[in-house]
Amino acid sequence: MAQDDTNVIDQPEVMTPRMVTIEIAGKKVDVPEGITVVKAMWYAGMDVVRGVGCLGGFCGACATYYRTKDDPKVRTCLACQMAVQDGMSFTMMPSFPARKATYEIQKLKDPKQDLFNLYPEAPLCRNCNACTEACPQKIDVREGVWKAVFGDFKSVSEMFMDCVMCGMCTPVCIADIAPNLVALYVSRAQGAHFSEKPVGLDTRIKEIQDGQYNEEWDKVLKMSEKELAEHCATVK
Amino acid sequence: MDIHALQQIVHKTRDARRQQTLSKFSPAERDQLIHKYHPDFRASAYRPIRFGPNEGDKTVVELATLLEGDSSIQDHTDLTAHYTCDVLVIGGGGAGCAAALHAHGAGAKTILATKLRLGDSNSVMAQGGMQISVAPEDSPVTHFIDTLKGGHMQNDHALLKVMVEDGPSIAKWLLELGVLFDRQADGNLHVKKGGGSSKPRLLTCSDYTGLEIMRVLKDEVINQKIQLLEFAAAIELLSGEAGNCTGAIFKDLDNQRHVVVAAKCVILATGGIGRLHIQGFPTSNHYGATGDGLCLSYRMGAKLDHIDTFQYHPSGAVYPEQLIGQLVTEGIRSEGGQLVNAKGERFVNELDTRDVVSSSIIRECEEGRGIRTMSGRVGVWLDTPLLDVEHGPGTVEKHFPAMMLQFERFGIDISKDPVLIYPTLHYQNGGVKIDTNSETNVKNLFVAGEASGGLHGRNRLMGNSLLDLMVYGKRSGLTAAGRVGSMKQGQLTLKHLQRFRADAKKHGNVSGVISPMILPAYTRKVS
Repeated sequence: MAQDDTNVIDQPEVMTPRMVTIEIAGKKVDVPEGITVVKAMWYAGMDVVRGVGCLGGFCGACATYYRTKDDPKVRTCLACQMAVQDGMSFTMMPSFPARKATYEIQKLKDPKQDLFNLYPEAPLCRNCNACTEACPQKIDVREGVWKAVFGDFKSVSEMFMDCVMCGMCTPVCIADIAPNLVALYVSRAQGAHFSEKPVGLDTRIKEIQDGQYNEEWDKVLKMSEKELAEHCATVK
Repeated sequence: MDIHALQQIVHKTRDARRQQTLSKFSPAERDQLIHKYHPDFRASAYRPIRFGPNEGDKTVVELATLLEGDSSIQDHTDLTAHYTCDVLVIGGGGAGCAAALHAHGAGAKTILATKLRLGDSNSVMAQGGMQISVAPEDSPVTHFIDTLKGGHMQNDHALLKVMVEDGPSIAKWLLELGVLFDRQADGNLHVKKGGGSSKPRLLTCSDYTGLEIMRVLKDEVINQKIQLLEFAAAIELLSGEAGNCTGAIFKDLDNQRHVVVAAKCVILATGGIGRLHIQGFPTSNHYGATGDGLCLSYRMGAKLDHIDTFQYHPSGAVYPEQLIGQLVTEGIRSEGGQLVNAKGERFVNELDTRDVVSSSIIRECEEGRGIRTMSGRVGVWLDTPLLDVEHGPGTVEKHFPAMMLQFERFGIDISKDPVLIYPTLHYQNGGVKIDTNSETNVKNLFVAGEASGGLHGRNRLMGNSLLDLMVYGKRSGLTAAGRVGSMKQGQLTLKHLQRFRADAKKHGNVSGVISPMILPAYTRKVS
């Protein structure tokens, strides 16, 4: 096959991978620079069962604390979405025993008031902002908690659409709030109680129940293979 | 060359391409393209299965080997049940959660077991949306026709009709649970047009549709206090006197012990096979997508359907290295993102079905019009900045926040620069054959979601997976729950396994492979 040599992307990091020294849970290991944190664990010969999920940055299983060389600041990341660099040290966040309230979402009478029964700690936020700093999805978590407390459920549901439920906002909270769980409750309440009912959907459900499409179904399902193929070709 | 220099051709040709319309291929052209370039037609990657319910049928070598693999369970294994329930759901993704919630809701004592955490699945990553015919100009019949065309007319009509007709009531159920689907100004559900569809039909939650649905379903499973067994990998099913399914054996991944669960009905919702890396392809799938349910049900005697066909999603990331195989959502093409080769030319109607688009990308790359990376990969450009040009600045950021964030972590702004993509192993089109109640030919063994087969024919239409999960999760859960009241718990035996082993021996199978795989072997052997 003809290949045009000009169409090759420079990737010095791939051609001559530089080995870097990192620390995984306190243990020094040498791994190729730039691979993801979870791949670095595999490279170091570690079996990873807890702490890996979708590998695509959506499931929140691989919540990880890390620090870069000479920087005192401990940051958070998703291990499948973060590249390692020299001098980095990290450890995966173990399962954290946050309390999740349970509720029958449809049976709530006053969801905005119920928030305070289900999560009485929610209004106790002391504004330290640690949750926001801990969020690998860059959600303004602290602002979201306040909005929830003030009943602005719509804003919370929009702000937390990016939330992967990694739970890294929880261990840092000095008021023992689990902001991601509060936001999940608020978002569900927003959807179940404060969103308009889509009229068109009910119409469609009724049409199907009333057999409005039966005639068309009969026609389509009785077609021979050839007739069906021809019919399909007319639908564009 | 520097990547920015190579990207210039995309920027330079953008205005000219905006004026251009590419018609879809004719049926004959599609067939020719797919036969020549689609990985499903690489004969050398396939072999016949040597024994079992699908003896003689061809599938990819990776899967055939696992299907013929032996169980890790020995004859003398203690089968005393640790747990007893009416309905055992295996798998904690979309189909598993839907099945458990409906079975529980109908009064059945339900256990949900999953090999990772509740919700760790492909479902959580579904970005494109969920096809349900809610728009006035659309209908379930049109949805049926579109899906049939996408599936090359090979779809099971009965399964498909049920899915499209149950769709709207599923949307209602999810809304009642609090799922925040995007809306129009008048409060009706907003619909987007997906590849291969004649009408706008995709319900979305920005580009987090699967995540939003799974957040809600997981929360609901916990609220309903459904018993969970997490980090429990199913390693064998159990059979009764008549060959019916009566439970399963799990391996607790925390302590390696066996856990035996007796159940009147078992629902397998174990998902797909991406992590088998068929034909060496990278994959968009989650860590546990190793086809466990296929192996387990095959040993029980369940027949598989369409297991020779897989979906390679057209747009898997090729650059940077860290994102290889991960999806660049089809939503970008739905909103007008164009595919561009190294010469700055378009080469396919971007909204054609996934198999056609993937085949055309492979063609461009094999004929030397791709862009290569130094790690030996190749791809074509997806012109993401075009969306901001067409629909106004900020469109990419507003409509695809997940995508923006994913690339931003590696210093790439996809609203400014195009991304390099190549097909990635995405979905198992076929699976265990089921009826419209989601039951297999093995009595009391149900399969729901990606592990099942027939509905999607030879190519699943974008957005039909999320609906499939919900519809057949629900049907399996309700059918099982409706049956258990009049049933006694069957005996727990390994008769099916003895039969399977005898069959394997007769065919001289000494592969030495143990299945299911449970997790891919990514850990480097450190000497």
